Amino acid sequence: MPQINKTPNEYQKMVKNAHPSDSKVKNFISAYVIGGLICVVGEIITNILTAQGLALNEAGPLMSVSMIFIGGLLTGIGVYDEIAQYAGAGTIVPITGFANAIVSPAMEYKQDGYILGLGAKMYSVAGPVLTYGMLSAFIVGIIKLIFI
Amino acid sequence: MESEVRGLNYLAAFLVGGLVCGLGQLFLDFTNYTPAHLLVGMVITGSLLTGVGWFQPIIDFAGAGITVPVINFGHVLTKGVLTEVEREGFLGLFAGVLEVGSAGVSASIIIGFLMAALFHPKE
Amino acid sequence: MMNKVVGNQTIKFERKPKIISSAAIVGPKEGEGPLGEYFDKALQDSYYQEQTWEKAERKMTQENIDLLLQKANLSPDKIDYLIGGDLLNQTVTSNFAARKFAVPYFGIYGACSTMVEGMILGAILIDGGYGYRTINFTSSHYQGAERQYRTPNEYGDKYPSYKQWTATGTGATLLAKDGQGPVVTEATVGKVIDLGVKDPKDMGSAMAPAAADTILQHLNDTGRTPQDYDLIVTGDLGEVGSKLLKELLAEKNINLQDCHDDCGKILYNSDQDVGAGGSGCACAAVVTAAYLLPYLNNGEFKRIFVVATGALLSPLTSLQGESIPSIAHGIVIENESPNNAIGNFSYEE
Repeated sequence: MPQINKTPNEYQKMVKNAHPSDSKVKNFISAYVIGGLICVVGEIITNILTAQGLALNEAGPLMSVSMIFIGGLLTGIGVYDEIAQYAGAGTIVPITGFANAIVSPAMEYKQDGYILGLGAKMYSVAGPVLTYGMLSAFIVGIIKLIFI
Repeated sequence: MESEVRGLNYLAAFLVGGLVCGLGQLFLDFTNYTPAHLLVGMVITGSLLTGVGWFQPIIDFAGAGITVPVINFGHVLTKGVLTEVEREGFLGLFAGVLEVGSAGVSASIIIGFLMAALFHPKE
Repeated sequence: MMNKVVGNQTIKFERKPKIISSAAIVGPKEGEGPLGEYFDKALQDSYYQEQTWEKAERKMTQENIDLLLQKANLSPDKIDYLIGGDLLNQTVTSNFAARKFAVPYFGIYGACSTMVEGMILGAILIDGGYGYRTINFTSSHYQGAERQYRTPNEYGDKYPSYKQWTATGTGATLLAKDGQGPVVTEATVGKVIDLGVKDPKDMGSAMAPAAADTILQHLNDTGRTPQDYDLIVTGDLGEVGSKLLKELLAEKNINLQDCHDDCGKILYNSDQDVGAGGSGCACAAVVTAAYLLPYLNNGEFKRIFVVATGALLSPLTSLQGESIPSIAHGIVIENESPNNAIGNFSYEE
């Protein structure tokens, strides 16, 4: 019986050669520039808040909330994923990306109902960040507690 | 003079923030991991850097360049734990986690709900 | 009755069912593509005025079957079997579309190979004398598929350029024992092939070995060469998969250079931002129904071999570290006489 007899390893090499080469350099630059600009926006917001008289430890959380609002709004109007197609990690890493990760499944699953759809699925993409963030903080805390 | 300092602040934020995102992009491009893995990795990194005390100096230099990326979330959660542990000991491990980060977490959920209720996914 | 099987896995139909009608409805992006004018209808928006993507897919699938019957001037009670499948869990699109027509129904799952799988089964039912007319249909929807298989539609993820675009659309064909239209002469049922590709964004690479295997078996069974066909057209290997297909077959001394094309490449323009090309059940379905069959009908093609390919994974298997098994079903459609065109026949029964 005739057969395509290739081992997975041999085939993997063929697959790699057949892939078009996405410019990793271009991706890096796009991520850098957009990510950097988003951080500058955050810095502007912080400066505006401190100029209003807020202390840095109050301005910080308020800036985060503002950035979450911006990320959420841009996701809602359908613009955030367009920017992300170009920016990659530049839109995933900033806190606006975290908002996008919460708003997008919440929007998508709204059609499955507010409780079991929107309410439950809201955490489906961003959940791991909360889980492992808290776990990591806890472990660092335990280490400090035991060794200090 | 003040505007020069401002200008430098913006530059630092751009350079450091961009770098964090750029490194994230390299991670995505050179490994088979997904964005979810990247975010978890960043949060844990922020947590560890806070544990060894290196995060605050980076904030002092880069400002929003390091507080905007999600790496800051790890910092914020860990700072809460460390502060509470100093004050209350063991209970602080649990009570402190969301103390500093509560604004971000609740804002995400409340704003998340608002935007989701208002808008529909587009093509 | 073994004389209906040729070689190892190819069926030769004795009664040669005729494809007497076909219909295709597509989404906005496909309507703007190079085949735009060929489709019966192109939607203006992917919601199709419904509340959810899934309801839109169901609406257009049902409408397309209605259209198909209209074009053939037949009522549902003249149809013996409905055969349908799609990408959504439990093939609900097809189930709910079939609900409208009181016709015995087979729900099948072949991922993106469903169109040809359905045609083969329909042809077997007719050739075996189990029915006079069958309809096979399938559909897919970009946003519905993204939501189920990957991430929410508004999520900001940057896709590599080798990823393909799930086509939004639905295609259906009507096979009958008698009538005017291109004829189904042979079919090669695919085996599940897995060469260890794990990346769910790289379907083309996962499916190419299955396509290569089916084509290899078919040519071996029938004793033909690629040049005996006007076209060997795969379902949705895309740019990357097509390249790999040609390489795999070249190693077996089969040269597909001038007679191969791929529905995923045909369906879109190069500036439509679809990565490596189209995919999804609708890809092979709409291109076959709206473009390939008319070409056969008016005599520009005499014999084509349509090989639809499917990646048989689920969202969970990738998370659990599994590779992607794939399948490719092939069907040979011929134009036996230029006077045999669809539309020249009037029905008496």
